Amino acid sequence: MLSFEKRPQPSKFWIIFTPILAVILTLIAGAILFSTLGKPPLESLKIIFWDPLFHPNYAAYSRPQLLIKAGPLILIAIGLSFGFKAGVWNIGAEGQYIIGAVIGGGVALAFYPYESIIVFPLAVLFGAIGGFLWAMIPVVLRIYFKTNEILVSLMLVYVAESILISVSQGLLRNPEGMGFPGSRNLNQYASSANNELITGTGLHWGVIFALISVIFAYFIFQKHTLGYQVKLTGEAPKAAKFAGVNPNLIVFFCLGISGTLAGLAGIFEVTGQAGQITSSFNSGYGFTAIIVAFLGRLHPVGILLAALLMALTYIGGELAQFQLQLPAASIQLFQGMLLFFLLAADILVNYRVSRKRS
Amino acid sequence: MTKKLLELEGISKSYPGVIANSDVSFDINVGEVHALLGENGAGKSTLVKTIYGLVKPDNGRMSLNGKHYVPGSPSEARKAGIAMVFQHFSLFEALSVAENISLGMESPPNQRDLAKKIKSVSNSYGLPLEPGKTVGSLSAGERQRVEIVRCLLQEPKLLIMDEPTSVLTPQEVQILFETLRKIKSEGRSILYISHKLEEIRKLCDTATILRLGKKVETCTPSKTSSNELAEMMVGSSIQIPQQKKREIGNILLSLENIVSKSINTFGTSLSNLTLDLHAGEIFGVGGVAGNGQDELLSILSGELIAESGQIKLEDRIITADKPRTRRELCVLSAPEERLGHSAAPNMSLVENTLMTASQSQHLVSKGFIDWEKTRAFTEKIIEEFDVRTPSIENVARSLSGGNLQKFVIGREIQQEPKVFVVNQPTWGVDAAAAASIRQAILTLADNGAAILIISQDLDELLEISDRFAALNEGKLSDALPTRDLTVDQIGLMMGGKRNLELSDAKF
Repeated sequence: MLSFEKRPQPSKFWIIFTPILAVILTLIAGAILFSTLGKPPLESLKIIFWDPLFHPNYAAYSRPQLLIKAGPLILIAIGLSFGFKAGVWNIGAEGQYIIGAVIGGGVALAFYPYESIIVFPLAVLFGAIGGFLWAMIPVVLRIYFKTNEILVSLMLVYVAESILISVSQGLLRNPEGMGFPGSRNLNQYASSANNELITGTGLHWGVIFALISVIFAYFIFQKHTLGYQVKLTGEAPKAAKFAGVNPNLIVFFCLGISGTLAGLAGIFEVTGQAGQITSSFNSGYGFTAIIVAFLGRLHPVGILLAALLMALTYIGGELAQFQLQLPAASIQLFQGMLLFFLLAADILVNYRVSRKRS
Repeated sequence: MTKKLLELEGISKSYPGVIANSDVSFDINVGEVHALLGENGAGKSTLVKTIYGLVKPDNGRMSLNGKHYVPGSPSEARKAGIAMVFQHFSLFEALSVAENISLGMESPPNQRDLAKKIKSVSNSYGLPLEPGKTVGSLSAGERQRVEIVRCLLQEPKLLIMDEPTSVLTPQEVQILFETLRKIKSEGRSILYISHKLEEIRKLCDTATILRLGKKVETCTPSKTSSNELAEMMVGSSIQIPQQKKREIGNILLSLENIVSKSINTFGTSLSNLTLDLHAGEIFGVGGVAGNGQDELLSILSGELIAESGQIKLEDRIITADKPRTRRELCVLSAPEERLGHSAAPNMSLVENTLMTASQSQHLVSKGFIDWEKTRAFTEKIIEEFDVRTPSIENVARSLSGGNLQKFVIGREIQQEPKVFVVNQPTWGVDAAAAASIRQAILTLADNGAAILIISQDLDELLEISDRFAALNEGKLSDALPTRDLTVDQIGLMMGGKRNLELSDAKF
């Protein structure tokens, strides 16, 4: 009989190898899934993982998309990783991301049609502030009223979505939009446009900020006492209290960072790829980032790689929908499997499989 | 020749990574008190759980009264005439004594008959119990009586007692011994598990000593010296800590009328606690677990802030100071729970060092961690306190209990505290490690630190402390010099008002 045996020490090998194993298992299960849908399994996998990067016809379009999509995922997931390490569960990054876009985008729209170099930086600043303030709601409720931040942050996503629908049809609606919902196109307003910085790479300001956030998070966790306190709080809350860590400060810090980064992702998205504040600009990045954070093992570099992989499945998924008529849901299922296999394979970090006579 | 009740032959049991029992054989005779002696982790618990039907052995056989005995469950064991009193009681606090007892019976009689029966059995064994009382209002000693009476009502042939004295005051221990002798005189056998040598020498007819899962020997404890027993138990001779004559200096730390809420709903609040701690002094706080020990430590570590009263370090009032401020002032502490409180189980020893040593050793400057310095300090702790670990990067939980405790205590002592507060410094630690921890505490006091040591282990307190006081329901008794204390006095201090009277033991 096979059984699990607890390792005395977490396995360093499996910490790195589990995500790879999860990817392999996902590929196998994905191939089975696609073949049951009557699609050629290897062809499907090739379209999802290979063609976006190397296909002579599509790569020119798809390759820049990789960074465009990975940017917001990295930003949000890095923010989430702080809270997840501390045991502060911010499930509502989607809401912070939306509010960042609305507030930042609103500031930019207020300047329209005045052209100035200051508009974009101001929009970015207010995007960050918007996300930060939205994240402060669960913080205040948790610290003063001991509410559960999981529920509050999640509920606030729906509030944020309602606000988004409201402003895109009312307050921020494009007066010249012929009555269609949605704001003016921020990407076509020169002062607020978040364009590609180097043509053909997909590199925009959001990607730059994402890379900075990776370096920043790496630094905080390796060198700074704040990162250490975050980790200690997550590992052993009682020990953290004994060490003198203020748990409220940790809640504030973790949610503050993740709100700020989600807000930044929102404003970069709405001034770039999405262009307009519409009721559906958000495309669920705030939730996907949860998968990215865990897939990346809550490690900054891991998150960077995981976000690129996730972005690839988005782009490849679209390609597969278009070429093979794969249903959109099967791509989401595919992404979900990735998280599922990762969590399942995770047990190998702390346990080893042993054969035991019964 | 005496008749054998239970025979064990070649019992083996292993868990992943641990051999709990390996080829253990011994016999328990009818009408004897048989001791099972061994250190924590020697395999005593696994062995009795095997007898009680809770654990299935990998190998070996047992026979009861000459017949093959394979208990599939505790209820089968009870039917065969084996009863057990666990170290941790399984009683419902909200129910009465009689209700609790009837819950454990296969076919309970009606409450009134049961109450009568409880009264007669409990009185005849010198364990007076009020059947209608709620268990929640009983002391630990009285709760144990409920468990014993529950077993006795089944008329067992063999009664297993797992570390029964760990929750009792010395007087209560006396009463328990009288009861056990009475049970024995009726021709019943008792398997008595303990690591306290003196108890075993006083009470038991035979002793089987286990070490690392193996039987070392079966001997007659009354004819074997404590030293011999200890050596068999530990496997080597132990360095007994050296008491030097110490200079007791000025008052370093004083607590005045401290009142505080408990940490959690089941904790005990502290009421009007007052004590003085002198330089070079070791102050021992005894008492049965759950009488405010955790709260006392938290009040001093700064995790819990007193509602009223005052804590003074020399001339400075530190009542409201946070844990870090207290560490800056060299008031250091080590809580009881190693994994999760004094150390983070999944973090490396280096990271665990940073946890409490960052202030005194200046391991963090302007928010940045100096890992080089932290590693160096960790190495120092490991070397000075002989912590056995493959590397300082190993996680805390990979260390054995004794080694981790040496690390946790060493981490604080190496910082040269002015005041050191420690709860259960040697709980669950092997004898050699315990001796070295006590020695380290004594040396710290020699160097002029004031030490408050909270412990359940009376022998430990008597061995190393200069003054002794007991905690009872959050109140601290008057402190007396340890040298002049008698065991009776200690018992009275520990029992507080709810002390069980000695007269109970008379029949």
